[in-house]
Order: sequence, then C-alpha cells, then structure tokens
Amino acid sequence: MTSAVSFQKVSRHFGSVRAVDAVDLDIAQGEFFAMLGPSGSGKTTCLRLIAGFEQPTSGSISIFGERAEGVPPYRRNVNTVFQDYALFPHLNVLDNVAYGLMVKGVGKAERHKAAEEALSLVRLPGYGARRPGQLSGGQRQRVALARALVNQPKVLLLDEPLGALDLKLRENMQEELKSLQKALGITFVFVTHDQGEALSMADRVAVFNDGRIMQIGTPEDIYQRPRTRFVADFVGSSNVLPPDFVQRYSGQHRWGSLRPESIRVSRAASGEGVAARLVSTNYLGATTRLALDADGLKLHAVVPAGTALPAEGEAVMLTFNREHLHLMDEPA
Amino acid sequence: MRSDRGQSAPLGLKIAAASGLLFLHLPILLIFVYAFTTEEKSFVWPPPGLTTQWFAVTWNRPDVWEALSLSVRVAAISTAIALVLGTLCAAAVSRTKFFGRETISLLVILPIALPGIITGIALRSAFSLADIPFSFWTIVLGHATFCVVVVYNNAVARFRRTSGSMIEASMDLGADGFQTFRHVVLPNIATALLAGGMLAFALSFDEVIVTTFTAGQQQTVPIWMLEELIRPRQRPVTNVVAMVVVLVTLLPILFAYYLTRDGDQIAGSGK
Repeated sequence: MTSAVSFQKVSRHFGSVRAVDAVDLDIAQGEFFAMLGPSGSGKTTCLRLIAGFEQPTSGSISIFGERAEGVPPYRRNVNTVFQDYALFPHLNVLDNVAYGLMVKGVGKAERHKAAEEALSLVRLPGYGARRPGQLSGGQRQRVALARALVNQPKVLLLDEPLGALDLKLRENMQEELKSLQKALGITFVFVTHDQGEALSMADRVAVFNDGRIMQIGTPEDIYQRPRTRFVADFVGSSNVLPPDFVQRYSGQHRWGSLRPESIRVSRAASGEGVAARLVSTNYLGATTRLALDADGLKLHAVVPAGTALPAEGEAVMLTFNREHLHLMDEPA
Repeated sequence: MRSDRGQSAPLGLKIAAASGLLFLHLPILLIFVYAFTTEEKSFVWPPPGLTTQWFAVTWNRPDVWEALSLSVRVAAISTAIALVLGTLCAAAVSRTKFFGRETISLLVILPIALPGIITGIALRSAFSLADIPFSFWTIVLGHATFCVVVVYNNAVARFRRTSGSMIEASMDLGADGFQTFRHVVLPNIATALLAGGMLAFALSFDEVIVTTFTAGQQQTVPIWMLEELIRPRQRPVTNVVAMVVVLVTLLPILFAYYLTRDGDQIAGSGK
C-alpha cells in the first residue's frame, strides 16, 4: 500500500535557519499520526509542507504516491484545520462549511446539503445561519473541522487544534476527534506540543527537535522506550540517568531513563537503594510529584495521592525495579 | 455622548460647547444665507432682501456645469486609480516582509504630508520637462498622488486586522488566487475601500493648489469659484454652487463614517 504522506530527505531552510532538516517520514493510510515537539522544532513547518504553504528546499514529498513539490495548496486533496480556525467572518457558518464546494462550482442546493451533513457530523446541526463571531471557541473549532471534512480530503491536517480550548473541552474534543477519525478512515496528521494529547490520540508519534525527527513510534514505544535524552525528557519528563549511574545497575555504560512513577520512595535512611534527599513535594490531585536530590543527581518521582510522605529536606531511600531502567541508544 | 441620567452639564460647559459649534458652522450657514440675497455685487449683512432667483440663474449658466462635470470626472478617475494602486500597495506592505518595506510605506504617505504647493510645483516641472501638455489627465495624475494615500491608509489598517490564515484557509479549501481575492479578501476590505474611496473623492473634489499647477485652461469647481469671486457680477451664484457642493459631499462622508464605525465586526474577529 502506498503511504498517505511520504517525506524523503525533506529540508526547509529559511535563510540560515534549518526549520526542517533532512526529514524522512512515512504516514500510512488511515493512520492517526501526531507530530510532537516544542515550539520551533519544525513540526508545524512539516504540516505546512504537506498542505503546500511551504515548498521544500530539498528532498521530495509525495501524497498518496503523487509528487507534491510545486503543487499549490488548492490543487492538493488535503485540508487543514488551522490553529486560529481561520473562519471567514463575513460568511455564516453554512457558507463557511460550503466554501470548498462553492469554489469547486458545486450548485447551491447540493453544497448546502453537504454542509448541513458535515455540521451534523461535528454535532452542530442547525447552526448554519449563525455568524462565526456568535460561536464559542469549541463551536468554532467544530465548524473549522466540518469545513475541512466536507471536501472529503485524503489527509486531514490539524495544527494545534485544541490549543485554545479549556481543559474539559479539550478532553471531550480528543475523544471526539479520535472516534471521528475511526469512523471516517481519513488519515489525520496532528501537530501538538502537548505530549499527553499526542500519546492519548495518535496511532504513531513523531518527536521533533531542532528540525529533525528524534524518534517515531507508537505512544507506548515513545513513552516506555525513548531512544534519546531529549525524547525521555520531553515525553512525560522521564528521569534521565547518566552513564556512570546506569553502569552500576545494568553493567552497561549508557544513558538511561527511568519513569517518575517507577521510583519508590521510602523513609529508610539505610539499606538497599539510592540515598537521596527530598527537596520538595508538589500536589497534583491524583498524584504527588516529588523532587529529589541523589548526591547531585536531580530526580523526580510520582506517587499516588494519599501516600504517607517524609517531610521536605528529609533523607530518603529510592528503589526501583531494574526492568524499568531503560537504556537509550544515544551514545554515552 | 451620554451623561448620567438626570444630571445635566454645568451652564458654562454648555455655553462653551455651543460657541465651539457656532464658530465651526456659522460661516457655512452664512454662505447658505448669501445664496438667497438680492444684492449681487457684494456681500452685505443683513441681506437687503431674499430671493430664490439665483438657483435658476445657476442652473442656466454653462460654465457652472462645465466646472462641475470636470470636477466629478477628475475625482472619479483619480479615485479609481487610487483604489487599484492603494489596495495593491497596502496588500504588499501588510502581507509580506521585504527589504525597504518601511521606506515604501513612508514614501506612499509622503504626498499628503508635503504641502500641496510642493507637490504642485514638482508635478508642473516634471510635466514640462517631459513635454506633457497640461490637460484633463495631468489634473487626474496630480490628484491621484494624494488620493492613493487615503485609500492606502484605510486598506492597510483593514489588512492588519484581517487574519492572514484566512487567505491560507481559502487556498487550502481549493480556491486559487483570483477566487480567494474575490470571495475572501474583497468582502473583508470592501467597506474600508468604500470609505477610503469616498474620502479620496471628496479630497479631489475640493483640491485647489495642486490643480492650479497641473491644469491648463480647464476649471474645476474650486478654481471656478476663486475666479468667480473676483468678478463683480452674480455673486450669489457662487454661494448656490457652494451650498449644493456641501450638501452633496456631506452625504458620502456621513456614509463613509458610518461604514468604518462598525468595521471592527467585519474583519479580524476570527479569534
């Protein structure tokens, strides 16, 4: 099967800035693919390369087997949900959704019918006559989604679509997007800086840093088996352990990672384990996050709420299951 | 302006406001009154008698019609040129970053900041240097220099408030450049262009200085009025024309004001 989107050694340079640097990427048909990274890591530029708003400086891009370089955005069967939604303020909701069909010359009755259906799909039936300005943030987001989906794109691009929504709405939208994607079978490419969002929604995640892809894999892969220090730290703030420390427990002189929830903290001042000092506790509701100092090595542990905790500044003993210590590929 | 109900402004403030308004508008009212005077050689106060005969006299004077027609044509064509050039320039300056962008922005605005006499002399010497005879088109060119500024200023402000991703969204949804301009850009800047165009029209209509330097034998309405004031015959005709011009230009300006007043709801409310 041909890939939905395929990047071969794609670079996009702005002057001396390498926004995207020799990226190889294959997104399968029907996949929910997340591009995760801090701002300025090149993930949005990659999305714009797929949409056609940017052209690669070098390398080649193909969308469903067809070369995409030089093809303008309006001739690609790809649609985008923009970060600021970019609804047209002078058109009502129905005409916003029908816009793509209108410019393709579809008759008024037919395109309005399709737009109504798309609005039902995003659970906004009957909102057609309103103006974008009269809608809430969550509703505008749904209109933007309907406006893209009505064109039946082969690939749907979403640029931080949940960034402007409040927490509750964001969680609802995550579930909805996921089930919508399953129902429609369209390839979704999703850009986010929120690792929780990427892990919970995507089939596969690409972690970006400095214009390069650090790691591509399933959410579990990325979370449990980070390959570099950056991935370990960025995705779920894993503890990054230096080679000398790792050697004591695994016998190998390599960088390691240990998830905060894998560390057990006990009051015992002696015995098996790593001696450390509790620096601070941070109550997060369901869990409590502990900052620890093990002889200069800064570590974090997450314990369930309600665990009896030592006082801040007290000496503690840290233990962990050696299986949970993950060795990374990054050279020591 | 609305003060708290039941509380009225102090008397002193009322008098000050009233005198301010009178100072601004009494002279205009005087012009209106003189349009009805029976004295035709000079303006005497109070008018010795009232008559409406000057309206008929004005209607039958061909030189009035010639001047009016020239002014309307010059204003219309300068405004049309300004609309095209001003919009293009505003789009370039607000959409993209390029070397010398700020300089271009300043250079476009300069003609309205320069005294009209400088623009006039500059144009006149440029025209004679290039051996261009003074004609209808030299007046149009002269007027277009400052009409562009008005349109540009209006358009650039609107472009700044219009979300850039709207254009990308339109392209993304399958619209090419022309369709995007027609269905997205134009509806969003239309009221700004209308307001800018009306102001440009009004500016061109009452322009004197640049016109005197760029016109040949033709007379626009303001030039005709200046000439008329020197001639001691049928003076109230000037007042009749002035009155008509005031009434005719007031309406578009009020309309332009109304359009730009709620412009905030038209563009840039995407977020």
